[in-house]
Amino acid sequence: MNTTGLTIGGLETAYDQLATAIDAVGEDKSELFLVKLALLAAQQLGDEAVFGDLIERAQKDL
Amino acid sequence: MHQPTTEPRRSIYYDYKIHQPWLASQHGPQQRHKVVIAGGGPVGMTAALELARHGVPCVLLESELQVSEGSRAIVFTRRSMEILQQVGVADRVTQHGLPWRFGNSFYRGQRVFRMEAPQDDNDRFWPMINLQQQFLEEFLVDACEANPLIELRWGNRVTGLVQHADHAVVEVDTTEGPYTLETEWLVASDGARSGIRTLLDLKLEGASYEGKFVIADIRIDLPLPTERLAFFDPEWNPRNTVLMHREPLNIWRVDYQLPEGETPEQALDPESLKTRINAQLELIGHGGKPWEMDWCSVYSARTLTLPDYRAGRTLFIGDAAHLLPIFGVRGANTGFQDAQALGWRLGLICSGQAPESLLASYSAERVGAAWEIIDEAGKSTRFMTPPSRGFRLLRDAVLSLSLTEAFVRPLYHWRTSRPHEYSGSALNSAGDDNALFQSGPAHGAPPANVRLGTDDFLLDHLGGGFDLLVFGSTVPADVQAAVKAWQAKGLKLRVLLITPSGGSAPLRANDSAAGAASHNASAIHLSDTEGRARARWGVRTDDAAYLLRPDQHVCARWMTLDAHRLNAALKQATSGVAP
Repeated sequence: MNTTGLTIGGLETAYDQLATAIDAVGEDKSELFLVKLALLAAQQLGDEAVFGDLIERAQKDL
Repeated sequence: MHQPTTEPRRSIYYDYKIHQPWLASQHGPQQRHKVVIAGGGPVGMTAALELARHGVPCVLLESELQVSEGSRAIVFTRRSMEILQQVGVADRVTQHGLPWRFGNSFYRGQRVFRMEAPQDDNDRFWPMINLQQQFLEEFLVDACEANPLIELRWGNRVTGLVQHADHAVVEVDTTEGPYTLETEWLVASDGARSGIRTLLDLKLEGASYEGKFVIADIRIDLPLPTERLAFFDPEWNPRNTVLMHREPLNIWRVDYQLPEGETPEQALDPESLKTRINAQLELIGHGGKPWEMDWCSVYSARTLTLPDYRAGRTLFIGDAAHLLPIFGVRGANTGFQDAQALGWRLGLICSGQAPESLLASYSAERVGAAWEIIDEAGKSTRFMTPPSRGFRLLRDAVLSLSLTEAFVRPLYHWRTSRPHEYSGSALNSAGDDNALFQSGPAHGAPPANVRLGTDDFLLDHLGGGFDLLVFGSTVPADVQAAVKAWQAKGLKLRVLLITPSGGSAPLRANDSAAGAASHNASAIHLSDTEGRARARWGVRTDDAAYLLRPDQHVCARWMTLDAHRLNAALKQATSGVAP
């Protein structure tokens, strides 16, 4: 797995992009939008085991 | 008293024939039978015909006086056709059916996936062929009635069953009241609501899905090819799925999912049907075309199986043994494989060629196949009718992505029914060269067909007993002697010598039930001048050989065959125990 991740600036950009997009698609479509995004990210990642690990980490402390 | 209707069922394209009920009072006392098959559907009749190929007589009980109501199973796979060829009805299905190999999935007016089932020049049959079940049953009835070993009793319904150590006593109800039948073996092919399963208090395992579908057959003239059509989330039926299939005689199958909360009664209301079918015709650009309803029903997806297909003297096949979703045409197509897998084993047992314990491998192989199908069909079903909020979200995300993102489109694939490979079967030879082959059908695999000439294929020559395929110019003398010894003991075993070129002219084997007669003759010569058989069976040098069970699945293969290893493989395949 690529552990370099985003720079602080890059993370801030992603943060703003995602927040803006969630607002833009609206409340009734944001969930669908996020699932689509997750599938695209999984495809880009190209590793279902890493994706499974990300799912687990995201499920924590909800 | 059992009173099956004597009114022909209503249909706008099929003429139902009423058969005379079989009555005990018109026949002499009943001896104990070898095999009684309960349920004269396509699967039960195929089992009867397969048994007859092995010389075993049976009584086939059908509770109704006519063939099935409505078109029911309409898609038959290549492997089913190969099995139907074995019992002599494939030609008639080919003559009347509509072959196809493409499927299309649509979302928001766009074709988002096209399935193309592969078609090899070496295959006689298409990947799929559509024909209404009534016609297939009629062809099978004709074949059963023409077979002196099969006694088809119309209007005979099983109502009671007592099992003993070596036989079963079956109570059968008829229009004049009940009579009893004694049989060494009872085959339950009495369908999804199997009365025999209930009588024995056997429980199915697996899952049921809530999504319900209307299945409607309409007659309409649509200028469309025979291809499967699937529509996801159409405007007239939001969130749900609609399917269309062409059947012969301008009949179209329209399946659509019921909106949540609607009952089957509401869904089958004629006005509701009319409105929805009109909306679907509008969607495909043929709104306003006249059509007529033939038959409709409501269906829900289930993935259930018995954990064991043998219960004492009773053996389960087809829907009586398992309930599988229609997505992927897995009902009848799985049943034919059950019938074939059971037919030869019961044939060998009843003719004293194999011990009863051989049946354990029937159950192990077919229950294994059912679980594999359930796993695959479950995936299709979860896509067609998402069972929970999470599955629905993911499905909807895939629909939406599929308009622009190619990588999700294969998720539309239905994983259509395919024959199970019995890779772990107890009948697979322990001491052969299976692992040394780099290609070709491996242990437990179904056979690979080969075009030998015009209208002449390898599978035309197989079946009705064990087949030994020898690749080379001669059959070694010790192998010939071993084959003769097995034949002398009564085993049906045939040798097919597949020569690289010329040689003797190929003999055309009989592709019907009478084919058994050509067993135990000397080797049949087939010439493989183009090397197609060698290529498809992964044979690189002369003297390689394959041993096929009577259901044509591979149970042994050798780089070089000798009598000792042939004997070992045959012992194992006829007992389930490695010598």
